[in-house]
Amino acid sequence: MKILIVEDEQEMLNNMRQSLEQELYIVEAASNFKSATEKIGVYDYDCILLDIGLPDGDGLELLKYLKKQGKDDGVIIVSAKDSLDDRLKGLDLGADDYLPKPFHMAELNARIKAVLRRRNFDGNTLVEIGNVLIDTESRIIKIADEKIILNRKEYSILMYLIANKTRLVTKTALAEHVWGDHIDQTDSFDFIYSQIKNLRKKMDKATITVEAVYGVGYKLEVE
Amino acid sequence: MLLILITIWAVLFYYAMLDEIYDSLDDGLENQKLLMVQRAAEDPTILEQNDPEFKKHVYDFTLISKKTFEEFKENYRDTLMYMLNEKDYEPVRLHESAIAINKKHYRLKIITSMVEEDDLAKDLILYLFGLYLLLIASVLVLNNLLLLKIWQPFYTLIKQLKDFRIEKNTAINIPKSNIDEFNLLNTTVDKLIKKSTNSYITQKQFIENASHELQTPLAISINKLELFLENNALKKNQADDITTVLDNLNKLTRLNKSLLLLSKIENHQFENENQVNFTEITKNIVVDFEDMAHHKMMKVNITNNGILNYQINEDLAVILLTNLVKNALIHGQKNEIIQIHIESKSWKISNISTSEMLDENTLFTRFKKYSTNKKSTGLGLAIAKAITDKYDLKLKYHFDTTHIFKVEFP
Repeated sequence: MKILIVEDEQEMLNNMRQSLEQELYIVEAASNFKSATEKIGVYDYDCILLDIGLPDGDGLELLKYLKKQGKDDGVIIVSAKDSLDDRLKGLDLGADDYLPKPFHMAELNARIKAVLRRRNFDGNTLVEIGNVLIDTESRIIKIADEKIILNRKEYSILMYLIANKTRLVTKTALAEHVWGDHIDQTDSFDFIYSQIKNLRKKMDKATITVEAVYGVGYKLEVE
Repeated sequence: MLLILITIWAVLFYYAMLDEIYDSLDDGLENQKLLMVQRAAEDPTILEQNDPEFKKHVYDFTLISKKTFEEFKENYRDTLMYMLNEKDYEPVRLHESAIAINKKHYRLKIITSMVEEDDLAKDLILYLFGLYLLLIASVLVLNNLLLLKIWQPFYTLIKQLKDFRIEKNTAINIPKSNIDEFNLLNTTVDKLIKKSTNSYITQKQFIENASHELQTPLAISINKLELFLENNALKKNQADDITTVLDNLNKLTRLNKSLLLLSKIENHQFENENQVNFTEITKNIVVDFEDMAHHKMMKVNITNNGILNYQINEDLAVILLTNLVKNALIHGQKNEIIQIHIESKSWKISNISTSEMLDENTLFTRFKKYSTNKKSTGLGLAIAKAITDKYDLKLKYHFDTTHIFKVEFP
């Protein structure tokens, strides 16, 4: 999988690159409009992370250019400006997703996975991990061919952890992803624990397990 | 005031008038006397007629002694006489003088009817009253028509100033005027408004820019720490420290997002409106929060007493209700019930809490915190208030054993 990061903030770029390389993607980077245009013109990418606030040009122009070239690289717009206008414009121009800064690495991972899955496995909605088989279309989950029922939130948690498998997912990232942004002010994320407990109980026959990490978050391990 | 002036003037006028009348009457009588003396010289018979009651004539000669003649003093006086037409005694002016004709001495009395003082006074009062009414009427007319017209630019300006809301960014239309003072006022007001608006915009932009500029460093720091936690085998206490830093950065992020949201609301960046069913979104929000409520062993009850639909930006409606529900959940007491009551013109949420009644005046201001909750940004209610203000809704708080927040719809 080849991913291009278009980002002018060096440290931001480094973080993303480090995280994505852990997912074994081939990561390339462009830190300005000009080099990004060159790279897009020459190579094909599975996914482009596009910061639209570039110092030497509008990232949305890059998106237009890309579509004019007839390329169908997946595009996730990354912006420090969480503006409804930009979001609509970006999605209108053919971006796959819009991710406002700051975001959690786990969230970025999940979004990239979602884009890649949509792009590369047309029609194939099955995700297999360990002895767990998930149909993302019908949301049917089978463990060793045995169907289990998860509620909406348990399903979200599981999918999020799978997207970040073997990696740390902080409680904050998990809570914001599953319960939405507005869960933020709650005094503790302890309530996540009861959902995790239920999930573990329902999946005790699976070869994947949800491990607690330090008390910071969780990690999905595959045996 | 006017009445007093007019009264004083009326008294003065009355006496001046009376004085003038007497003066001219007396002149007339004097003239009459001279005429009578002439006539008596031609026709001495008139000297003989005895008519002390003035039945036949307006004069009367009485023979007097020389001594009386010499001592006699001419005088004018008022006396009463029966008037046939009025059937009453009316005042007449009497002129008494002594004359000598053909070495005989006579006392001559001449009368003339004179102005009836009571009638004069009555008339005067009547006319003055008329004048007074006329004056009042003309003052009113002048005031209403003329003055109003003159002050028109002033009132136009005042009305605009009254409606002026700096955050709405509406320009004030300064009326042109021919009056220098108004022009001075207008230009001063104009300058003041421009200055305030500029500093308001600058301040707003500062908050906005600061928030935007904070996003990237925040993102870098959070991500760096997340990767650090993930990639290093840390001791428990080290991991705890990193987690604390992360939590605080996340809090900063929320604060920043809330500030940005506030500026966006004030900058009219949520302009799409449609009919939003508040019962529907309330149900969704309560479902979103049910895990948290469950964790605190609280229950959220919704009672519906009418359909509440309102033309509003749906995102803002959700944010408004979310903030109020979240507020009730955070500050509500464990094991208690949160009650949401929806009517066709109001949305109400109440929760039981250990805290006392809150101060409604400061409750909705930014960064006003009533709890020691670490994660509270102190902006939730300020955001709710900004949303209700934007749509002319009323957000009210009151306390009677439970804390009640109520949104009233027009």
